[in-house]
Amino acid sequence: MILLHAIPWAGALAGYWLFPEQLPLLSAIAIAALFAVSLDLIVGYAGLVTLGQAAFFGAGAYTAGILAQQGWGEPFSGLLAAAAVAALLGLISAPLVLRAGELAGLMVTLGLGLMLYEAANKAAAITGGADGLQGVEMWPIFGLYRFDLWGRTAYLYSLAVLFVLFMLARLLVASPFGWSLRAIRGNARRAPALGVPVKARLTAAYVIAAAYAGVAGGLLAQTTSFASLDALSFQRSADGLLMLVLGGLGSLYGALLGAVAFTVAHHALSEASPVFWQFWLGIALVALALAGQGGLLGLARAAIARLRRR
Amino acid sequence: MSAALETRGLTRRFGAFVAVDAVSLRVEPGARHALIGPNGAGKTTFVNLLSGALAASAGQVSLLGRDVSAAPQHLRVRLGLARTFQVNQLFAELTAMQATTMALAERAGLGAIWWRPLFGMAGLRAEAQQLLDTVRLPDAARHQRTASLPYGRQRLLEIALALAMRPRVLLLDEPAAGVPPADSREVLAAVAALPRDVAVLLIEHDMDLVFRFAERITVLAFGAVLADGAPSEIARSPAVREAYLGSTEVAHG
Repeated sequence: MILLHAIPWAGALAGYWLFPEQLPLLSAIAIAALFAVSLDLIVGYAGLVTLGQAAFFGAGAYTAGILAQQGWGEPFSGLLAAAAVAALLGLISAPLVLRAGELAGLMVTLGLGLMLYEAANKAAAITGGADGLQGVEMWPIFGLYRFDLWGRTAYLYSLAVLFVLFMLARLLVASPFGWSLRAIRGNARRAPALGVPVKARLTAAYVIAAAYAGVAGGLLAQTTSFASLDALSFQRSADGLLMLVLGGLGSLYGALLGAVAFTVAHHALSEASPVFWQFWLGIALVALALAGQGGLLGLARAAIARLRRR
Repeated sequence: MSAALETRGLTRRFGAFVAVDAVSLRVEPGARHALIGPNGAGKTTFVNLLSGALAASAGQVSLLGRDVSAAPQHLRVRLGLARTFQVNQLFAELTAMQATTMALAERAGLGAIWWRPLFGMAGLRAEAQQLLDTVRLPDAARHQRTASLPYGRQRLLEIALALAMRPRVLLLDEPAAGVPPADSREVLAAVAALPRDVAVLLIEHDMDLVFRFAERITVLAFGAVLADGAPSEIARSPAVREAYLGSTEVAHG
């Protein structure tokens, strides 16, 4: 069992030596994976669909970016600040999202995302507006490891953060708290009749997911020394959901797998045909949806089960 | 001694329609109390008002002597009020063991714990097995997705989840509804075996079950209390016959 868990992480680490030319892409995958995990916590486990998760990602990116730009380039405290700002934003917006019904709540998340995007666009003096945030300078990690041009430090740093937060998320979803989220998703009428304070639990999940997205955004700003409106875009929220559906909703490894598949496919296909790649993505999504629930991970599990039966 | 559950003038309006009309009801500790009434009498609305799923338009609910009129559902549960649903409200993707263990953790006040695995809590697991023994859910059924269980088995889980709350007052909303006759004996046995110190309010259509189970019966019609008394009195009451039975034929005289 432990071996099975070791495989993806050993593979991720091996990527450091196997693809020395592709480290920025690998960092992008790790960051996308963390973002997908954040979405999985709120959508996959708590069953609260959002179209505005990029708001927290962007808030984290700008927080870490601006902090470093203003002269505090220490990476870990930067991530903590990114998490804190995103979590605060989550705490403020949670009542609005939860107050409305299902579809209305979805619209609230969408609206908040769009609002934040335009706000960042207008506040060019702070965010750099459409040009992006320039002059982000990071200090070395532990005062020792500088962020290098090849992205070596950046990848190991992103991977380490992803690993720690992934393990924390695993703990979370296996806990009574995590199971109460599944219960809320499974039947929102029964959960309160079992003593589950639904609103409080959903708020907590929403805030935790926001913090996770904030850290992912912070990582992006720190490892690329740049933050742009792109981090806040609707496209990012939508991509995150696509990764989740692709990999397998409601399973943390599914989020990882989806992020890898999506980012690699995006990279490969958009190199081959920059405009047309979404066509292939569309086909893959339709095929997966028709093949059954559970995304790529679900398919893999079904295949393994079939092999075992033989 | 204060009542296990008591309502005073409990009312719920939907626009101009009064679904529950100033109902005052007293359920004694350890009672076997049935609430009956024709279709549309407001029984399920009344249960929803008791459990807090619906807010009352007027009136009070008190639980073990405590006014809970303003308390949200989950707090009433913690104070000792549990319910089952007329139509199963279960967790399709979870197994009976998972759902029961999760419910027990919630009852034990461990629901907000995020740093320890639920299934590492050995005490809860043993308790969940015990509870499923109590309702006689077969071993093989405990580790299957709830959605794949036959309806009768799901009904047993429905009761087990309510019992997991260790209630002082239990509201059973038509526990035998929708259960095929072949399985209904298991469900009825589970109802009959409920601990005697728990006050039970049974909402039921099935007169057989009501007259076998109840020591006191309240009849609801058009949202209001029509009669209240011992089963023999209710069976004899002409008003009940007319409103509820719709004929002069006595159900169980």
